[in-house]
Amino acid sequence: MQLNGAEIVVHCLREEGVEFVFGYPGGAVLNIYDEIFKQDAFRHILVRHEQAAVHAADAYARCTLKPGVCLVTSGPGVTNAVTGIATAHMDSIPMVVITGQVPTHAIGQDAFQECDTVGITRPIVKHNFLVSDVKDLAETIKKAFYIATTGRPGVVLVDIPKDVTQHVCEYVYPKTIEMRSYKPVEAGDSGEIDRAVELILSAKRPMVYAGGGVILSGAAEKLAELVRGTGYPCTNTLMGLGAYPATDPQFVGMLGMHGTYEANMSMQLCDVLIAVGARFDDRVIGNPKHFFDPNRKIIHIDIDPSSISKRVKVDVAIVGNVASVLGAINAKLKASKAKPDAEALKNWWAQIDQWRGRDCLKFDRTSPIIKPQAVVEKLYEVTNGDAYITSDVGQHQMWAAQFYKFDKPLRWINSGGLGTMGVGLPYAMGVQFAHPDATVACVTGEASIQMCIQELSTCRQYHLPLKIVSLNNRYMGMVRQWQEFFYGNRYSESYMDALPDFVKLAESFGHVGMLIEKPEDIDGAMREAFKLKDRLVFMDFRTDQTENVYPMVPGGKGLSEMILV
Amino acid sequence: MRHIISLLMENESGALSRVAGLFSARNYNIESLTVAPTEDPTLSRMTIVTSGSEDVIDQITKQLNKLIDVVSLVDLTEGPHIERELMLVKVRAKGADQREEMKRMADIFRGRIIDVTDDTYTIELTGPVTKHDAFLEAIDKAAILETVRTGASGIGRGHRILTAG
Repeated sequence: MQLNGAEIVVHCLREEGVEFVFGYPGGAVLNIYDEIFKQDAFRHILVRHEQAAVHAADAYARCTLKPGVCLVTSGPGVTNAVTGIATAHMDSIPMVVITGQVPTHAIGQDAFQECDTVGITRPIVKHNFLVSDVKDLAETIKKAFYIATTGRPGVVLVDIPKDVTQHVCEYVYPKTIEMRSYKPVEAGDSGEIDRAVELILSAKRPMVYAGGGVILSGAAEKLAELVRGTGYPCTNTLMGLGAYPATDPQFVGMLGMHGTYEANMSMQLCDVLIAVGARFDDRVIGNPKHFFDPNRKIIHIDIDPSSISKRVKVDVAIVGNVASVLGAINAKLKASKAKPDAEALKNWWAQIDQWRGRDCLKFDRTSPIIKPQAVVEKLYEVTNGDAYITSDVGQHQMWAAQFYKFDKPLRWINSGGLGTMGVGLPYAMGVQFAHPDATVACVTGEASIQMCIQELSTCRQYHLPLKIVSLNNRYMGMVRQWQEFFYGNRYSESYMDALPDFVKLAESFGHVGMLIEKPEDIDGAMREAFKLKDRLVFMDFRTDQTENVYPMVPGGKGLSEMILV
Repeated sequence: MRHIISLLMENESGALSRVAGLFSARNYNIESLTVAPTEDPTLSRMTIVTSGSEDVIDQITKQLNKLIDVVSLVDLTEGPHIERELMLVKVRAKGADQREEMKRMADIFRGRIIDVTDDTYTIELTGPVTKHDAFLEAIDKAAILETVRTGASGIGRGHRILTAG
């Protein structure tokens, strides 16, 4: 079948079963948009800024585990998309980004809306391609989906010059792809798995530390089998929330800079640490020198060899798909005659329960000013813990992570690695498109929400009934908190004067706005908002300006050196 | 410690910049980098001379392997290997004494004089990087007009072969 490049793009996306393409048209992609106009295999979602297109596609991937797809034009379309691409890249999200490029003869001529897309995005993608011949287009798109969704998932960008979308060639979509330079591993080494099982069973003070890799490989059930089968305590990273049910007694909370006292102490003082799909990053273990303990043995399961022994030396390294490796470990544990040391485990739990007794997440429940934690608690209650929650970045993100108890994977959508303010609203859009009947709430702050506020218009166009929970403390809260703790209360540029009237702002976009100023109004307002099933409701909660996120491990410190409330 | 990493990668445009970009993005040292196609025109062979602690070298090899275009890789310094660099040095050679001295030094280091004028010699040397460092130390520094070095290329000894398979 003879097709032009634009037709090929559309055919390939259909072959891949793409449901949504998030994008924004422009000169270099007009041929592709013309083909999109003529088809109905997938829906195109028109955003208001390319950054939001990438974030929405990213969120679609995060909540479905299917690759997100977005389409932007050359030059500024690409540079606007860069933040979104880097955000997804840092969290290993499978995505295919299609970008328009100036015609091949104009490349390098400083043409209108030209930029070196492949060069600009090289450090923030898993791989990228410039397609200079239409004959390579279908195979390149096939490779893009293959690379994005296998191994450690990631973003793959395909840059297509405008003339390539016009040129015609014989179209065949490859069924499979073989690349001699790219062969992701699946199963872990069985010798290492045996060593891991032996170590797991020898533990006196075990700890399971599970991260985003468990979510991305769909291994939550296998993780639960391991944790329940052994009776060991489990913590999740920010990216791993929902990997193990938060309401389960064996869950000790999130760990890290704002992790619970019990999670951080158990992590620091355990004798066998089972790290699953997590990468010991600086926000999780703090300073590796302080974390190091020669008496602690570490098992590390990860799909990416470069994650292993990068920040922390490990004793047993299993490179492989987390779901596959956990399956093998569970089978061997079940078959093993040896069982976990019940007596040691009892003592360990007694110690953990003592740490739990610190009640590290307590806050003033009698305050006449709205406490942000109380808002998230109410959100959990009103949504029966069953909503998809997106967040922006900052204090509200940490409170959402601490106080919304995620019992299922794929429900917590946030920017963990890059920490991108502004993701919350477009993330919520992406989730709502993927799950049109689900309850989707975005926990945000008045600073973050303004970074992609224009997307309220997209929400109006597609009637997305999102619930925006804005914890408005009139500060960039996390910046203010660091300035209070570490910069002598010098609140340099962390206060935002001249905030908009968010109620009127929401209304001007055709949505419902609510202002909530008193703690006694939280419940009523939230219930009313969630009753409005078909409307986007922007809830502007005026919260305590001085509230801080506790516990806190200061930068450069060890996990047990927490500042507690 | 100094390591010589040799790799085969897809001979695609931009492949070199993926490697160079990785080194700068992750703050790895790079002493030299050479690249050229092989007998198979779809493959490029690259030799990277780098230095760092064992942990850093471990990360460098893992991160290089992670690049989609990298087909195979070996740290040559882990086993017996041969390292060669080509160096061209243009030196001042004026008057019988200086000309004689330069000729003698080139002979000692098994260099060849490949270009001659009334007052210059251009000397070609092939060998390990350390030999070239020694040559530059040995001759009169004031006489050096220009130095061009290719950076090291390396290959394993005997049956130590890096293939795409």
